[in-house]
Amino acid sequence: MKLIILNDYDQASEWAAKYIRNKILLFRPGPDRYFTLGLPTGSTPLGCYKKLIEYYKKGQISFQYVKTFNMDEYVGLPRDHPESYHSFMWNNFFKHIDIKAENTHILDGNAADLQAECAAFEEKITAAGGIELFVGGIGPDGHIAFNEPGSSLVSRTRVKTLAKDTIMANARFFDGDLSKVPTMALTVGVGTVMDAKEVMILITGAHKAFALYKAIEDGVNHMWTVSAFQQHPQTVFVCDEDATLELRVKTVKYFKGMMHVHNKLVEPPPSVPKKN
Amino acid sequence: MPSNKSVSDAAITQFINCRILRDHRLQRDDLWVREGKVLDPEKLFFDEKGYADKLVDCEGSIIAPGFIDVQINGGYGIDFSQASDDVSSGVSFVAKKILQHGVTSFCPTLVTSPPAVYHKVLPQIKVSDGGEHGAGVLGFHLEGPFISVEKKGAHPEQFLRTFQSGGIEDLMEAYGGLDNIAMVTLAPELGGSQSVVKELCQRGITVSLGHSVANLSQAEEAVHHGASFITHLFNAMLPFHHRDPGIVGLLTSDQVPAGRTVYYGMIADGIHTNPAALRIAHRAHPSGLVLVTDAITAMGLPPGRHTLGQQVIEIQGLHAYVAGCSVEEALEAASLHPAKLLGISHKKGNLDYGSDADLVLLDDALNVEATFISGEEVWRKGP
Repeated sequence: MKLIILNDYDQASEWAAKYIRNKILLFRPGPDRYFTLGLPTGSTPLGCYKKLIEYYKKGQISFQYVKTFNMDEYVGLPRDHPESYHSFMWNNFFKHIDIKAENTHILDGNAADLQAECAAFEEKITAAGGIELFVGGIGPDGHIAFNEPGSSLVSRTRVKTLAKDTIMANARFFDGDLSKVPTMALTVGVGTVMDAKEVMILITGAHKAFALYKAIEDGVNHMWTVSAFQQHPQTVFVCDEDATLELRVKTVKYFKGMMHVHNKLVEPPPSVPKKN
Repeated sequence: MPSNKSVSDAAITQFINCRILRDHRLQRDDLWVREGKVLDPEKLFFDEKGYADKLVDCEGSIIAPGFIDVQINGGYGIDFSQASDDVSSGVSFVAKKILQHGVTSFCPTLVTSPPAVYHKVLPQIKVSDGGEHGAGVLGFHLEGPFISVEKKGAHPEQFLRTFQSGGIEDLMEAYGGLDNIAMVTLAPELGGSQSVVKELCQRGITVSLGHSVANLSQAEEAVHHGASFITHLFNAMLPFHHRDPGIVGLLTSDQVPAGRTVYYGMIADGIHTNPAALRIAHRAHPSGLVLVTDAITAMGLPPGRHTLGQQVIEIQGLHAYVAGCSVEEALEAASLHPAKLLGISHKKGNLDYGSDADLVLLDDALNVEATFISGEEVWRKGP
């Protein structure tokens, strides 16, 4: 894995956004060659989305030939509910860029047949040629998407019941009323994300530090599902200083020492116009 | 980008680089319009996989709902209360002119007149949509003749009337009919007026109290029967008195039925009302404030653009400054509140999804840069 350690949330968001931008540009997407991107929701990726929007507005990148696949969506929440992941993606990303609606894919939590919806989502990913880069976050309990502790590390897109921890963490988006928080969600599986060519996990904040420690310094364990990516050939963890608080000093020093190499990955590629 | 809509083939316009008035705040967001109505872009994106055909770059301007003037007696040399054979061209002339002041809908107002005038003028104008030709007509505002002699103001005394036959018959006789009437101003202390208030409200006509010496309980009774507006607060009514606040007391009355709001018109030109009085009213009842021009053709005020146009502008600028209220509150007093007063806020006076796309583009000083009706540009400021 590459462990990228930046000073703070803003810098981590910027690094991640530049990485995504460069990946898309170097891929040279076109009408016969779409760049497939897996996307997360939540507070962690907000800064990254803002930066990507900024790069789009500056003309550094276009999403015209990008296909996106979101990780998850609540079950039973109306699509236009302000807390649905459809609303999140529209308000925080899609409405600010030039992506075509038919190239975005978000699981439909109101589908008549949820299992069929999940199977269809997997098929859409396959039809699109697989995911080039899957961006994700990590929960305080080490989960990726809604793959709660105990989820199979080879799982596929399916319906999941949310853990109590997750429901409580989400209550803040539903006026603090636990009864209003959805209890089920559709989510890509750990196996689904593992199929991607490359995986990038964003982890910021001290409250995620223990989960990061479990994910990369302990063994592969289905109680901390992000640990599965230890067995993926191309994983990048982008974090801020606070998220490293539970890691060994040795680990942090090693990867900080590599930053001059890793930073080459976010330099503007030759095709990007030199604008400020 | 070509559009791709399964629901409708109509063109979609996206206003970008603007601040729109939504949820009582100015927000940095785009505004989408299709078939003359404000469109929900999220629905468009996810349901129809659609996008805009045309972009309008607002260059940072404010987009507010088009202004609604519920009290305007004429302007630019036109007087709506004149018994002319061709009232409609006068109304149309004014309707077109007021577009440059961001007014997209209005109520042509008639002051106290003899029956002959009403019988001649009223049938000539119908409620109509606005457009390139001018602002939309929401219906007449009939100010009088059932008003108080003591508070006639500039109204001609010989044509004032009281209720004789008891109610609606007097109105029918005076006006000749009640079609295309949006509002009637009357004095609720007149005998027999309360049943008239009730009947008018039942017919969907807004009843306003004004030119009256009513005390607070007479005013409250009228509100109980459905009256919902006060014509030019403070002017042509008893002054506020601490033992009987009169009509002014409606602003804080506890007798207003739950869920209902009493609105009050203000001419905030600094002349009709002292700014301090305006501030008292606004602070007591901010959600009821409705800005009106009460513009007239002549009578001591310079006619034409200054009277009508400047008043609207001044009202915006002056109000925002004088009342110490926010820009958003000032804009709502000229759009949302009059729409709610007239019961048309489901389609006018706001930028909610589904509302008519009557818009006004403003700079930070609230000068009008452009006016749109049903999404079409109907006026733009010259260079």
